[in-house]
Amino acid sequence: MVQLTLPKNSKVGKGRHWSAPAGAKKVKTFRIYRYDPEGTENPRWDSYDVDVDACGPMLLDVLIHIKNTMDPTLSFRRSCREGVCGSCAMNIGGRNTLACTHGWEEVPGGDIQISPLPSMPVVKDLIPDLTMFYAQYASIEPWLHTETPEPRTEWRQTIADREKLDGLYECILCACCTTSCPSYWWNGEKYLGPATLLHAYRWIIDSRDEATGERLDALEDPFKLYRCHTIMNCAQVCPKGLNPALAIAEIKKLMAERVL
Amino acid sequence: MSPHLQVWRWHVTMLTSILHRMTGVGLYVGALIGAGWALALASGPDAYHGYMSLLASPLGRLVLFGLTVALFYHLANGLRHLVWDSGKGLDIKTANFSSILIIAFALAASVAVWAIAFSIGAVK
Repeated sequence: MVQLTLPKNSKVGKGRHWSAPAGAKKVKTFRIYRYDPEGTENPRWDSYDVDVDACGPMLLDVLIHIKNTMDPTLSFRRSCREGVCGSCAMNIGGRNTLACTHGWEEVPGGDIQISPLPSMPVVKDLIPDLTMFYAQYASIEPWLHTETPEPRTEWRQTIADREKLDGLYECILCACCTTSCPSYWWNGEKYLGPATLLHAYRWIIDSRDEATGERLDALEDPFKLYRCHTIMNCAQVCPKGLNPALAIAEIKKLMAERVL
Repeated sequence: MSPHLQVWRWHVTMLTSILHRMTGVGLYVGALIGAGWALALASGPDAYHGYMSLLASPLGRLVLFGLTVALFYHLANGLRHLVWDSGKGLDIKTANFSSILIIAFALAASVAVWAIAFSIGAVK
């Protein structure tokens, strides 16, 4: 259901302020969402005055700098630091993106606000609980379904059929798109969300897959697929430049075409 | 639960989407106003004149102008949804551009309709 405001225990209060070290020439303030699951307090915004001359250009560099030199209690996920693993997806300056590939100078406005991916349960600080997201991904059975006996070598595919997977296979499941979607915010338990649907389409149009009908059947539901209202936040934020809204439109087209 | 609307920096496509919902609801109200007009018409000259003077009041006109904008907006965006359903116009650049185009069209068409209504004396 639509719930425009946050539940009482999730309202974000004012937090601590951390000053920049003396002698810092170029200072930028980062307001970061903090939540301690072991405490009883509400989440809070801590603000950090960071000496940006002392750290790298990316938001992830800033976060690591804060953790190393100012506040070791700050928690966030990160791994590859080059936009391949999707671990450091978070909301930066009001948009979901990967902290590792987004420069802090690219964020418009004064202070830069950083919070976890929106409308998700929070494990700690900038770490969202993605259990449901992964379960939804698993629900579309993201692997090749076949009836014919397995070939001796690989499953062959024409170059043209292989090209249909471009713009889909690049998805790293960072959840930037799914958690940017207001439909998912309001109906996340029933609507599969853009990332999962993009993957559903990736298997539906795979020329080697032999379960296209079953895959479409599984999406024939008022919520799973059709909660997409083409708000387009998914495509607007995708750090890999993919377009889940287009993939969803293509699934809807296939749905319509098979009953015509 | 992590903040969502509280932190989100809106895209124009997000705005046009919620405007579509809001103008849709507004047009429901507009249909009721239209039904009220028919009721007043059926209830005799006094009721009709009363209803019409209500619509001609500054507030009444504001509501009617709002309905004009809502109608044109909902129409144009509805057509865009049809195009989207054919899988076209969904790249970000086109979608952003068509969003601005639709808002501009709704405003311009409404102003034009009212200007014509004034110039031919349909509204005084």
